[in-house]
Amino acid sequence: MSLLQSTQFRPDPSASTTRRALLRAWPEFQNPAAWLVALILVIMPLIANGFFLIEIFATTLILGVIALSLMFLAGYGGMVSLMQLTIAGFAGYMVAVFGMSGNANISLGWPWWLATPMALALATLFGTLGGALAVRTEGIYTIMITLAIGAAFYYFTNQNWAIFNGHTGINTVATPHFWGVDWRADIAFYYVTLGVAAICYFAVQYVSRAPFGLALQGVRDNSRRMAALGFNPNAHRIAAYAFAAFIAALGGVLQVWNYRQISPGSVSVGACIDVLIIAVVGGITRPIGPFIGALIFVLLRTFALDVLIKFGLDGNRFRLLIGLGFLAIVFWSSDGVIGLWERWRRRNSSSTRRAGGGRHG
Amino acid sequence: MDSVAQRLSVVGAGAALELRGVTRLFGALAALTDVTITVRPGERRAVLGSNGAGKTTLFNCITGDFPPSSGTIRFFGEDITQFPPYERIRRGLRRTYQISALFPGLTVQDNVYLACRGVSRGRFSLLRPGQNDALMHATETLVQAVHLAGVKDQRVAELAHGQQRQLEIALALAGAPRFILFDEPAAGLSPTERRELIEILTSLPAHIGYIIIEHDMDVALRVVESVTMMHNGRIFKEGLPREIESDPEVQELYLGGGHE
Repeated sequence: MSLLQSTQFRPDPSASTTRRALLRAWPEFQNPAAWLVALILVIMPLIANGFFLIEIFATTLILGVIALSLMFLAGYGGMVSLMQLTIAGFAGYMVAVFGMSGNANISLGWPWWLATPMALALATLFGTLGGALAVRTEGIYTIMITLAIGAAFYYFTNQNWAIFNGHTGINTVATPHFWGVDWRADIAFYYVTLGVAAICYFAVQYVSRAPFGLALQGVRDNSRRMAALGFNPNAHRIAAYAFAAFIAALGGVLQVWNYRQISPGSVSVGACIDVLIIAVVGGITRPIGPFIGALIFVLLRTFALDVLIKFGLDGNRFRLLIGLGFLAIVFWSSDGVIGLWERWRRRNSSSTRRAGGGRHG
Repeated sequence: MDSVAQRLSVVGAGAALELRGVTRLFGALAALTDVTITVRPGERRAVLGSNGAGKTTLFNCITGDFPPSSGTIRFFGEDITQFPPYERIRRGLRRTYQISALFPGLTVQDNVYLACRGVSRGRFSLLRPGQNDALMHATETLVQAVHLAGVKDQRVAELAHGQQRQLEIALALAGAPRFILFDEPAAGLSPTERRELIEILTSLPAHIGYIIIEHDMDVALRVVESVTMMHNGRIFKEGLPREIESDPEVQELYLGGGHE
């Protein structure tokens, strides 16, 4: 697993060792496929129309960011949290409440550059407090307690009219306009989501090799030993929840800008579980996994309906397809699609090496 | 190292480790009963006893893995009885585990780096260590000291048993240890590896004291200056290695099969 490989220390820094260390730290940089994907993502507006740009790719990136926060907790911290979507939804609600929306009686009308940091801060606080509760438990009980937080928040938004406007939610949420650009216009918004997703992806990748990320993996592997090395395991777990909550909150802000409305349906228990499915299907061993999972999920959700109808089946059964896919993944590849891909590549490269044609080591 | 030696000479008159009336109950079972031990700074002591004598429970009480049911524990004069394990470690206490407790998913270097980081600042740092990070230097030195430089980039899960035991010791030597608890460090080692272990133990700086639990008398009595014999959770006998070795009661206990 290359994410666990070390950034090596070299006593005498020269240009080539620095470059090697850089490549080791960012394995993407030496992978031509990664450059190709990055290029395609950047020039996507030239290829795709507005529907694909927003409904497929921006939505994928947003869901990917929210699932990435779960990947960070589960992959590096060994903590499966079902409340990541709830944190994102909370951030979305806060954008709507503090910012401007069609519900003038609720929204405070702050400009976006005040409302957004406020939403991020409050959602991070919310996730940290939830995490402080959850770290008292382990394994299945963590799942239960975070699911309980998610369910409680869903019912609370349904019943609270003063802030969350009950089951109708908050509509026509204002989106940022500045420098003469409507940042919710298709192309601009696509680049905003791409930028945020890229920053989150590289941040998680970077932190996984920083002392905090390493210590988190140590806590995951053996928390008692970490305490015997001078670390406070629960403090690290709570800090991980805070870090993940901030990422989820970024995803939540993008999501409310994307749909321009938020309602209890956006934070339902089903949606919380969708995030888990996305992360597991993609794979929780690497930060790229959640984005792959999100793409599969969005493609299925968007097109399974048409495909099913073409075969004479009920289009609403697309969840059946997702469920079957989830079962298959859990059954055959517990580390998700990237696990399948890595095994396939390893088998391929070892067979080409045996044939004597392997160019790369 | 100098600052540690200076601090030691200041507190030198007191005890490194002082247990008074430490009792640990597991339900109705008393794993430790009224254990009182005093160890001087720099002293090296073996704890002997049959299985179930309470040796590892003693270690767990000292490090705080399980707090004692009653009694007090002082470390260089400070009452640490109620401290969580990490606070004790940050004060210079270290331990190794009888069954290697390492991080199998991480490399050797990362394991040692974590140990160095755990007893210094910046445990939550979000910045990766740079080329001239002092802890990286410390990590390199420590990896070399336990003869693991050749496998430093390998994941711990792939190491041989003897290498894992060596890594276990490296983790306990990180930072500036003042007192170390070794829990059967020679378990499962080959004769060559045992010689290396003895060499590592005897070449530790003089100010670092330790307690070692070891069944192999050849190892244990060669690296200590005092011996505590435990039986059924109590201190049974204390003395010099040769006194304990020739003690008829001890021989009775060891040869007569110290049952519970």
